[in-house]
Amino acid sequence: MKTFNNSNGAQSESTLVKYGLIFTAICFLTIMLLVPLITIFIEAFRKGIEAYFLAFNDQYVLQAVKLTVITALIAVPLNLVFGVCASWAIAKYSFFGKSVLITLIDLPFAVSPVISGFVYVLLFGAQGWFGHWLIENDVQIIFAAPGIVLATIFVTFPFVARELIPLMQEQGNDEEQAALLLGASGFQTFMKVTIPNIKWGLLYGVILCNARAMGEFGAVSVVSGHIQGVTNTMPLQVEILYNEYNFVAAFAVSTLLAILALLTLVLKYSLEWKAKKQLEKLKEEE
Amino acid sequence: MRLNFNILKRPKSSIPGFGLTMGYTIFYLSIIVLIPLLALFTEAFSVGWEKFFSATTDARVVESYKLTFYTATIAALVNTFFGVIVAWCLVRYEFFGKRVFDAMVDLPFALPTAVSGIALTTLYSHQGWFGKYLEPIGLKIVFTPIGITIALIFIGLPFVVRTVQPALEELEVEQEEASSSLGANRWQTFYKVILPTIFPAVLTGFALSFARALGEYGSVVFISGNMPFKTEISTLLIITKLEQYDYAGATAVAVVMLFISFAMLLVINILQRWSSKRRGMEAI
Amino acid sequence: MNIKVKNLTKYFGNFTALDNINLDVVPGELLALLGPSGSGKTTLLRMIAGLEVLDDNDIGEILFNNENIADKPIGDRDIGFVFQHYALFKHMTVFENIAFGLSVKPKKERPSKSEIETKVNKLLKLIQLDGFAHRFPWQLSGGQRQRVALARALAVEPKVLLLDEPFGALDAKVRADLRKWLKELQSEIGITTILVTHDQEEALEVADRIVVISKGKIEQIGTPEEVFHNPKNEFVINFLGNVNLFHERDENSEQKYHIRPHELEIVLSSSSDVISKAQIKYIQLAGSQVKIDLQDLENGKTILVELSHHEFKQKSLNIGDIVGINPRQLRTFKDGAGI
Repeated sequence: MKTFNNSNGAQSESTLVKYGLIFTAICFLTIMLLVPLITIFIEAFRKGIEAYFLAFNDQYVLQAVKLTVITALIAVPLNLVFGVCASWAIAKYSFFGKSVLITLIDLPFAVSPVISGFVYVLLFGAQGWFGHWLIENDVQIIFAAPGIVLATIFVTFPFVARELIPLMQEQGNDEEQAALLLGASGFQTFMKVTIPNIKWGLLYGVILCNARAMGEFGAVSVVSGHIQGVTNTMPLQVEILYNEYNFVAAFAVSTLLAILALLTLVLKYSLEWKAKKQLEKLKEEE
Repeated sequence: MRLNFNILKRPKSSIPGFGLTMGYTIFYLSIIVLIPLLALFTEAFSVGWEKFFSATTDARVVESYKLTFYTATIAALVNTFFGVIVAWCLVRYEFFGKRVFDAMVDLPFALPTAVSGIALTTLYSHQGWFGKYLEPIGLKIVFTPIGITIALIFIGLPFVVRTVQPALEELEVEQEEASSSLGANRWQTFYKVILPTIFPAVLTGFALSFARALGEYGSVVFISGNMPFKTEISTLLIITKLEQYDYAGATAVAVVMLFISFAMLLVINILQRWSSKRRGMEAI
Repeated sequence: MNIKVKNLTKYFGNFTALDNINLDVVPGELLALLGPSGSGKTTLLRMIAGLEVLDDNDIGEILFNNENIADKPIGDRDIGFVFQHYALFKHMTVFENIAFGLSVKPKKERPSKSEIETKVNKLLKLIQLDGFAHRFPWQLSGGQRQRVALARALAVEPKVLLLDEPFGALDAKVRADLRKWLKELQSEIGITTILVTHDQEEALEVADRIVVISKGKIEQIGTPEEVFHNPKNEFVINFLGNVNLFHERDENSEQKYHIRPHELEIVLSSSSDVISKAQIKYIQLAGSQVKIDLQDLENGKTILVELSHHEFKQKSLNIGDIVGINPRQLRTFKDGAGI
């Protein structure tokens, strides 16, 4: 890494400009990010620790936590399997229409969360394509847990694939071909050669996917129906508590989500650091 | 024509698993993403042109588009200005707490939007840390377009920083050295050498931040107050219409939004290609 | 093992990578595929390995011991392949890399742990890397990685060894050492080996036979002596070293001669019967031979001549001298385009 510490005249800014810029940046980040983050915890503990913990002594809150975890436990593995398949198909072969496929996989990121939820209402809602059939067979998807899971899968769809595709493209096919030539089966090659090479990218994708799955609000809000204790995830429960003017409880539940977010950031940061190291090692190799 | 026959054929390869992985990819992509989106478009068609037109040009709807565009543009501009400064400081300077701030830039990605929404609303309400100083001087933020803009700045903040940062990191010091050895002062060097090189990245960051702001819901809904004609953004209007079982109206607004999103996606793709091209040229 | 390539034509899109290739590899020989980059030599090697597949519109077949291997999975072809950039498994130690082929065998055929260990240790000794078993690839030098890649390929006792630009990424000194070592190793094991290279010196030094390839076509097959001294056409003579081109005009025709720098003789200008007269422009004394650049007085073209230091001293040549040039030998091509 090159450093930019030289302070000779025209090649770097005057000290005044430098500290002015740093001051501006820190102020902006503090006002926009740090203070809102601190507010969550301050508000949660505004009425003391007891009030804070009391907020979790609520059946609806606990059920919301449970539904959130279950949703993530379904959505993340499904998107993980998809991400691995898609990146294998895209990185290991050349075929017509590859860039279109990559764009399609990225599509859910471009769609507003509200619309992501809405499309499932159009499919599975009472007036939707399959609405009639679903009512006849007594299956409920919209305003029930399955709808929440589907909407969550939609909004977290690209995370793993998007991390793995460039990674696997960069690594090429040589190691896999070497393994196959040495007699390994396709599955052995995948498990023993491919997976160790992509494991950090995989983990990175899973962490981001999980954070979004547990925190999604807009999309699940459309399909949930907001039935406390039944179809509320944690972010939806936050909304209800807030609208009921139960601020301490709303922020108490928020602290859990904020801690999850902070944990995600720490993991993300350390994985990026690890990936950087690995890249340097690879560069040495060349 | 050999090529024409090759298009739909599965590629032959020494690596096994194409059929399985590609088959599953297409299947999963179709049921999760493509068919649902298709449902939206078919629904829009079945609404009928006249109804569609009147639903999308309804005064309340038009007002929501205006507000959405207006606030998203300002938020993206603010993010572009400060985002470049933040990226510059993170790449070029050492300062206390740099690593923490660097990691924290991604907070809006990681924090659920509902949580950011209530935190911002609390901060800027008349009892909040910021609101209690701003309201006496006549600056009301909560339940006004300013509040919406602040929420949109929050959620779009990482985009500019994270696209400009790598562009700055790749910038060759030699170019700046050459510029200053040719007699340019620091500002000229920034304006004539650095800025043109990172400009595509800056524009990409702006577009990403803007696109995200267009579709945002969670962080805005608390601070906006949702007053029709005043602080009602388009995504919120979709939900309102849905709650009134006005599926046709919701569909119409959603399709227009989706088209704008796709157009933005196209623009961003082009910008990214331009950006990587420009950076690729430096490597030569 | 006997390898036959019959009428092989391979397309990549609209590009013809290989154009009607016919090749017979003699068991036990070391065959070099020599050609410039983009000539198709690596494609040919990868097709023999099965890494590139015959598409529907490609033509021809590849036979191992007279058996068409088109549908044979690449793991069953008994091939040892050494990649240009080695493709060592980054997350495995040297030991694990070499043992990989043995450890993925089906349970029934898989050797026991101790057998694998004995075998790997033997190979480590063979590649002179005993003591490096627990290092990772990134802790090795380029030459060491190259040898590990070779040992990994040899561990499963392949019947053919295929090497793709095996010394391409190494320093000149390491290259020379490894080349010699590989040649000795190959003749010791007696394994049929095909090696791809763009370096004519490398091919001339190690190969039993050389296949010169250009633009997807075979230009010549022969022993190093044959291709060097009796090149079949202009491409081959140009590719296998420096060459001077002379024209001789009759009343009705023009004759071309290709003469290598060491095949030219410098005669002091007093003698009359020379093919051209030239002025010495540059003398390079460093190296095993003296290299002299001359300018043809008639047409201004540059002529390259190489002679021994001994001869150079005898003739006491200086920059600016005007001398005569004569071939020590003349050679003509069969296709009429004389040399």
